[in-house]
Amino acid sequence: MPTRILAIDDSPTIRGLVSRALKAAGFEVYTASDGVEGLGVLADADPDLIITDVNMPRMDGFGLIEGVRGSLEYATVPILVLTTESGSDLKARARRAGATGWIVKPFEDAQLVAIIDKVLGR
Amino acid sequence: MSDMDEYLEMFFVECDELLEAVATGLRQMDEGTYEMETVHAVFRAVHSIKGGAAAFGLTDLVSFAHKFETALDLLRSSALDLSPQAMAVFHRSSDCLADLVAAARISDTRENALREELLIELEALIGEEDETEADVDFVPLSLDLGDFGGSPVGDRYVISLMAEADLYRSGNDPAALIRALEKLGEVRVTLDAGNVPVLSEWSADTPTLRWQIELETEALLSEVEAVFEFVEDRCRLSIATIDQTTEDPDPDLRDSQDPEPQDSDMAEPAITEGTPPAQTSPAPSAAAPRPEGRAEAPGAKAAEATTTATIRVNLDRVDKLMNMIGELVIKEAMLTQVIQTAGLSEEPEVVGALEGLRQLAGDIQESVMAIRAQPLKQVFQRMHRIVREAADATGKQVRLVTVGEQTEVDKTMIERLIDPLTHMIRNSVDHGLEDSVRRHRSGKPQEGAITLSAAHKSGRVQIEVSDDGGGIDRARVRSIAEDKGLVVPGASLTPGEIDSLLFLPGFSSKDEVSALSGRGVGLDVVRREITALGGRVTIASTEGKGTTFTISLPLTLAVLEGMLIQLDDQTLVLPITAVQETLRPDHATLHHIGATGRALLNRGELIPIIDLGCTFGLRPAPGDAHNGVLIVVETDNHKRAAFQVDAIHDQRQVVIKSLEENYGRVSGVSAATILGDGKIALIIDPEEIITSSTSDHGRDRMAIAANG
Repeated sequence: MPTRILAIDDSPTIRGLVSRALKAAGFEVYTASDGVEGLGVLADADPDLIITDVNMPRMDGFGLIEGVRGSLEYATVPILVLTTESGSDLKARARRAGATGWIVKPFEDAQLVAIIDKVLGR
Repeated sequence: MSDMDEYLEMFFVECDELLEAVATGLRQMDEGTYEMETVHAVFRAVHSIKGGAAAFGLTDLVSFAHKFETALDLLRSSALDLSPQAMAVFHRSSDCLADLVAAARISDTRENALREELLIELEALIGEEDETEADVDFVPLSLDLGDFGGSPVGDRYVISLMAEADLYRSGNDPAALIRALEKLGEVRVTLDAGNVPVLSEWSADTPTLRWQIELETEALLSEVEAVFEFVEDRCRLSIATIDQTTEDPDPDLRDSQDPEPQDSDMAEPAITEGTPPAQTSPAPSAAAPRPEGRAEAPGAKAAEATTTATIRVNLDRVDKLMNMIGELVIKEAMLTQVIQTAGLSEEPEVVGALEGLRQLAGDIQESVMAIRAQPLKQVFQRMHRIVREAADATGKQVRLVTVGEQTEVDKTMIERLIDPLTHMIRNSVDHGLEDSVRRHRSGKPQEGAITLSAAHKSGRVQIEVSDDGGGIDRARVRSIAEDKGLVVPGASLTPGEIDSLLFLPGFSSKDEVSALSGRGVGLDVVRREITALGGRVTIASTEGKGTTFTISLPLTLAVLEGMLIQLDDQTLVLPITAVQETLRPDHATLHHIGATGRALLNRGELIPIIDLGCTFGLRPAPGDAHNGVLIVVETDNHKRAAFQVDAIHDQRQVVIKSLEENYGRVSGVSAATILGDGKIALIIDPEEIITSSTSDHGRDRMAIAANG
């Protein structure tokens, strides 16, 4: 069974780029355009891992993490934050919010897959 | 790589929307009626542009968006006051961002002077606060590097890992970490479960399991450390390089838990041994610190996301559909004709079926037109920038008011309206509005107003550009026109005719070159562009009150509601929008003026009769008006005339086929169409016919008060 990944970003371009890289690596990819939609499709996507943007309308990445961590079923699903900041401040916030790790945009496809593999222990 | 190109194109399309969001947000901020969410939205849009640009390596765009975003972020956190100066910088930055996106789109890598200038201005806003860019994230853990003099390659590492509860809570997994280490080299793992208490004393928050991992690898220390990048502060970790000869030291003695946490705001004192603060709450989220200030109630802004399901379709496909529907309309007309010839047109069933077909064809056509229709908003929004730039260049204060942005017109028209509107707006700022001294003298507010409005009017779209300036200086316009030989000196001209001189080719004078309008383009170009769209531009001006340009456009470029008329053996089409009434003349209404001039008294006005047969060269002299039918037409310019034709056939929709594309331009004819019998009929351009014929006949048109 392929590993399922839920990718959440309000930018269709980034969603497209992430999906493309992940599909090429053999993942099954689901997408959502913001935190609210992400939580909404959570059960359907039933992800093994979540990748989320930070700045999004309606509900941002931190809100999403909080929501996922607060759920019973997905409380420990790895969540990677997709961010353009490389500053320690944002990473600290991501960590505090309960993110598993982060991916700094722009990313190379191989790098993205490597980080996912690491977190999933593949 | 074409598939990347596709994403790049997708990015640019997205940028258009994002740039619009930025511009709209900034305008709301201008008006002072904004909420914090507006600032957030502008920030997010700039941020998204940056993120996408970074993915495609558009460095100029990234670095500029970053500065812009940083300044907006300060605004968000109230570290920056929204002064008018700051607002001006934001507006210009928004414009510059649009420029940079446009430049990136055509791979234009030239330096952008505005960008350099704004980077400095943005930096001034930001102050020195920023630029802690230097990534302080991964400071290596303090380590016993042992024989550092030796090569770090081909070493043996001893790693001790004791996971905090937070490690599991954040979705990390020691097993995954160990597997990641396995990729680096040979791994031997020992689990120390000695600290695991009896179940009754077990607490999820106290770490008990400890792994000791020996790793033999060629990897550098930094690569080993990278495995623990996400968990370094979520576990007790030590990594030691082992001199092959030294015996295994107790790693606990060198617990390298970072003595100086880099993230000083990491309040969680998870390092403490012994009993951590009792967190018995089973819900992990309750234990997770709330991200401060960002906990916006989900759904609170749900209204913002208008979730209309949309798909993007290549315009070519819609065009093709439109063409096919045009053909359908023609085929339907042909079918009607065939049925008529066969003498079946009286059969109720045939009539019913035909009517049904006609209705369906009409509905389909309307639906396709709706697909192609787009709100004028995207054009109108651009004009804010044009006004801003024009105001800057002329030193005037100008406010642009837009009305009816949601009015929809054909997509092709939207694109082709940008240039003429830009020119008209510039013209209004430059020539329409007075300078502040003169405005003050005439008791007007310092700030000039330009209103751009759109509305649907009787099957057409009407767009107006009006200013509250001084109106057209007719004496000056006349003298310029006379100097340039556009009119005979002393010719008697109505005010409206003088105003219309502005549209004449060659009127735009190089000697009044200003920073703006003096770009060698006159209003004649505007008129030509609008005419090419099947539209008209007219001008109206009141001294001291201002000037209004009115553009009237058809809803679509593809079909036209027309009146089929007979001239000799020819069938022609007259656009129904121009037709006011049709009549057979009698002696009371027909007047002869001079030798050849004839006029019709209609609604208290004498209007010239134009025999279209003569106009199109079908007969040498005007036929007897009593034998024909007169069609009273009025153009958007409010010019009226009575067209004399032999007969009127029918009123119907015709599909416009460009004559210029397929043949060439014919004066008095705007396009052609294919009739039901397969013949080609020319579509008449009433405006052109009236204009050329009234100037031929001199001023035989006279308005007199009826019953005077």
